[in-house]
Amino acid sequence: MLLNIRNLHVSIEGKEIVKGLDLSVNNGEVHAIMGPNGTGKSTLALAIAGKGEYTITQGEIIYKGKNINNMPPEDRAREGIFLGFQYPVEIPGVSITNFMRTAINEHREYKGLPPISAPEFLAKMEDKKKLVEIQSKLTNRSVNEGFSGGEKKKNEIFQMAMLEPTLSILDETDSGLDIDALRVVANGVNKLRTKENAFVIITHYQRLLEYIVPDFVHVLYDGRIVKSGGKRLAVELEEKGYDWIKKEFEMN
Amino acid sequence: MNSDKNNIIDEVTQGEYKYGFVTDIEMEMAPMGLNEDTIRFISKKKNEPDFLLEFRLKAFSYWKTMKMPQWAHLKIPEINFQDIIYYAAPKKIKELDNIDKVDPELLETFNKLGISLEEQKRLTGVAVDAIIDSVSVKTTFQDTLAKHDIIFCSFTEAVQKHPDLVKKYLGSVVTYTDNFFAALNSAVFSDGSFCYIPKGVRCPIELSTYFRINAAKTGQFERTLIIAEEGSYVSYMEGCTAPMRDENQMHAAIVEIIVMDDAEVKYSTVQNWYPGNKEGKGGIYNFVTKRGICKGKNSKISWTQVETGSAITWKYPGCILKGDNSVGEFNSVAVTNNYQQADTGSKMIHIGKNTKSTIISKGISAGHSNNSYRGLVKISKKAENSRNFSQCDSLLLGDKCGAHTFPNINVKNKSSVVEHEATTSKISDDQLFYCNQRGIDTESAIGLIVNGYAREVLKKLPMEFAVEAQKLLQISLEGSVG
Repeated sequence: MLLNIRNLHVSIEGKEIVKGLDLSVNNGEVHAIMGPNGTGKSTLALAIAGKGEYTITQGEIIYKGKNINNMPPEDRAREGIFLGFQYPVEIPGVSITNFMRTAINEHREYKGLPPISAPEFLAKMEDKKKLVEIQSKLTNRSVNEGFSGGEKKKNEIFQMAMLEPTLSILDETDSGLDIDALRVVANGVNKLRTKENAFVIITHYQRLLEYIVPDFVHVLYDGRIVKSGGKRLAVELEEKGYDWIKKEFEMN
Repeated sequence: MNSDKNNIIDEVTQGEYKYGFVTDIEMEMAPMGLNEDTIRFISKKKNEPDFLLEFRLKAFSYWKTMKMPQWAHLKIPEINFQDIIYYAAPKKIKELDNIDKVDPELLETFNKLGISLEEQKRLTGVAVDAIIDSVSVKTTFQDTLAKHDIIFCSFTEAVQKHPDLVKKYLGSVVTYTDNFFAALNSAVFSDGSFCYIPKGVRCPIELSTYFRINAAKTGQFERTLIIAEEGSYVSYMEGCTAPMRDENQMHAAIVEIIVMDDAEVKYSTVQNWYPGNKEGKGGIYNFVTKRGICKGKNSKISWTQVETGSAITWKYPGCILKGDNSVGEFNSVAVTNNYQQADTGSKMIHIGKNTKSTIISKGISAGHSNNSYRGLVKISKKAENSRNFSQCDSLLLGDKCGAHTFPNINVKNKSSVVEHEATTSKISDDQLFYCNQRGIDTESAIGLIVNGYAREVLKKLPMEFAVEAQKLLQISLEGSVG
């Protein structure tokens, strides 16, 4: 099992957001997490990635057989966890090329490898740019500075391709995208899918799941997974909305 | 997370200043203190012509009537000017004409600083004038320069060999009455660099002066004079370091640049004087007057500075844009950490028509430090159709430091345009987490973000300097977010 989350409780500034969540992800699987706004989807993503103010008060996150509750975020990244941000931040003056090279070299240092050579790095960039269909000149620009919403999300997918993670969590990567950008993002994910790596895709809409076919769909409500199913569940949610889930939850 | 960050701050601020060593060299010194005899001593040591001794004595008597300026946003402890040695020179360097005669200790000092004075060992073509305490040790690449009739030598040598040029231009941009420290420097300056680029010559190599304070209790008062004749070009770089000492040491320099028609001078500084320890003990007091005049039409002066050192920095490199269509530029990154204080900026004085100036100032404050931008943009009545653009950005790391901006804009005609932009920002936790999530630890992330912030200025530095400056920023600031 790649990721095993057991009875996870997460608080931000003393307020509990995730309230006893269980989730298991195996290598090669794609999981979709859906649910209404404010139910803890992004909190779950940021807690797995290790953001400081997201305090785990109970339960554990087991990744590759290790409890990573207290692992610093950079080490989680180097161990192969990637988070595609819902709102990628701007880093003025730092080119994507420089940013990626720094990141890759930190990953390599962690693994005891020497820094990547310039030709190897450039070849890799070209390769991945093609794979995720992003424009060549984008990588000369500062990280996310002045990017359109679509460019920011494509940049996230590009970085994912460059870092070759084992577990990728995409937090509402589809929100605010037009149909073309959505297709680019979905194609990127599909091309990067292997038997080894896994994806957790957080989304509001079934739309993305027409392009990226999930193995499992989970509904998050009030900080817990209240319903799980196959890809048909997403279609059902799209048709019926979340009200029936809320009712079911409140009745139990 | 917060305690992690604090640990990193501690680690970094406890890191040692890399250039803090002392070289044990036999020194010849003036008696401590300042009076007419001190000045006569220095002048005699240098075998100076009468005009120079007179210049010094006039400056000294003017200085005696002056008081330390108090207007800067700096807390300056009282300085006892009688408690300073005004002249210190390594004993063995008289009559130097080849590298073999340089004291091996001295060569070793500069090698440790990463500056090779042995020309054959240098990879890139940069001519260096190395100045230790009060005197110039060695100027490299003299032959190459001589081929182009370029004069690049120590100030002392220039006084002997080119007294007419010195007499004509010394004090012509910064008079000894300009300010307290300029008067002091004019009275006691001991050495520095002199550079003359003849008409139509494009200097084929970068020129550089490297300043090193070594002896205890001494002050360094150097003077640089650069003259670029019509249609000439030179890129000039300046670097500096000092040993770590508990007491403060004084550095008060003057740089004067004169640029004729269609000529250009690029002046780059990486200032890394010892900044004091993390409690603010020791460090260099850096009071510098740097000014250039674009005398001719279409002439250009650009100042680029990366300021990371000194306990106190007081410095406003400026341009007097006298020639029509002349251009002045000021690009600065000033970093303060721990208890450092910097009050720095630029003066752009527009006199000629269609003159243009740009000021880009990037302040970075960390620890308990204070970083101020102070600028003057003056557009005179005759300077029609002139333009200035100023951008002053401040980046704060932590919540115990300060950033301040004191712009002064004075426009006397209606056809000119002046723009001023200012921003203050912090490195956000979200930016750091974004980097962390890509596998970049917080220290490297801060280095990356700060270098990105300063990139606009760093890219104006000559290649060799840019790399050094980048590393320096990383060292000065890594992990100082609190």
